[in-house]
Amino acid sequence: MAEEAGTGLVFHPMEPFKIHSLFGGEVHWYTPTNATLWMFIGILAISLLFIVGTRGRAIVPSRVQSVAELAYGFVHKMVEDVAGKDGLKYFPYIFTLFLFIVFANFLGLIPMAFTPTSHIAVTGLMAMAVFISVTVLGFMKNGAGFLGLFWVSSAPLALRPLLAVIEVISYFVRPVSHSIRLAGNMMAGHAVMEVFAAFAPLILFSAIGIAVTPLSVLAIVAMYALEMLVAFVQAYVFTILTCVYLKDALHPGH
Amino acid sequence: MANETHAVDAAAAVAGHAAEAAEKGGMPQLDFSTFPNQIFWLTVTLVVIYWLLTRIALPRIASVLADRQGTISGDLAAAEEYKLKAKDAEAAYAKALSDARAQAQKIIAETRSEIQKELDAATAKADAEIAERLAQSEESIAEIRAGALEAVQSVAAETAAEIVVALGGKADKAALSTAVDARVKG
Repeated sequence: MAEEAGTGLVFHPMEPFKIHSLFGGEVHWYTPTNATLWMFIGILAISLLFIVGTRGRAIVPSRVQSVAELAYGFVHKMVEDVAGKDGLKYFPYIFTLFLFIVFANFLGLIPMAFTPTSHIAVTGLMAMAVFISVTVLGFMKNGAGFLGLFWVSSAPLALRPLLAVIEVISYFVRPVSHSIRLAGNMMAGHAVMEVFAAFAPLILFSAIGIAVTPLSVLAIVAMYALEMLVAFVQAYVFTILTCVYLKDALHPGH
Repeated sequence: MANETHAVDAAAAVAGHAAEAAEKGGMPQLDFSTFPNQIFWLTVTLVVIYWLLTRIALPRIASVLADRQGTISGDLAAAEEYKLKAKDAEAAYAKALSDARAQAQKIIAETRSEIQKELDAATAKADAEIAERLAQSEESIAEIRAGALEAVQSVAAETAAEIVVALGGKADKAALSTAVDARVKG
């Protein structure tokens, strides 16, 4: 804990990201933790929206059902537009990722909540899963033709080997950027809010608090609004990148 | 556990994380001891979500969307059909109207020609009657005139005979009547 001498302000912006066992004791690979809890709350919320909400199967949908249909249509159209008609076979996988991320991000905005997507282990696993399946799929569908992805046939012949090296490097950097983008965004926003929150009680200790406290409260509100946007945008970005990678695997030609 | 923590610290240090000095334990994201746990529970979560979606939610939503599409296109087709029907009905109505109008014209013409015929017949009958009566009248006038002439002749013959007698002549009846006839006819 870093404490500012004399003010009693406590900064621990990394505290909300700590993983601990729900029932005490060490964290083994099977131990239910706060991460488990919030992932399961995500499952519950998804079930409420997509199973309880659509149980009416109404031609004219209820409000909840129309939200579920909207989410379905949004991702379905994204997959179709980006990866093409043959990409729709993989729509359930992509939709699973999108829903997990978007629900983890938004549930993480509840005060005191834990955000699974702020952890590189979680986003890294998802990004690696996408990377490996897309690469395997690319070779399965196109054989050696998948390597054409790295051979920029529209470039001058002399440049092509150099470009191929760059393309290969950028291909292998994909899972890194894919995962760190999401985890970094989630972590940074929440940490900034934590810092502002730590400044908020300054009015209890010092006269400067009269100016600082309202400012930090305002800043938290603004950050919260921004984080709402980021929560959706990052889920969207992760999903659309998955679609782009899938498109590369299905149609490796540039 | 202690060994693990040291390993984690070492790993974090290798990662060159600057904040580690300030925060004891560093970034929880780089606490590799929690990785197996997160990976395990994330896998469970993703499989459960995938299972729920593919078993229940996605088929349901897809069928609802297909049903809705079907209903909409069905309704549109029905509306198109009704429109055609309305057009047909309008055409039928217009046809019936023009038929009725033609029929009425026909009836009017027929009635008019019938009346005309009757009128002509009546006129012809009346004309014939008038002609007949005229003929009759002329006949009777001729009769009357003949009667009158006869009377005039007889009266003239008698008068002539009387006059001849009165003058002392002898009245020859035949000569007298010839003479009177000649005179009357003039």
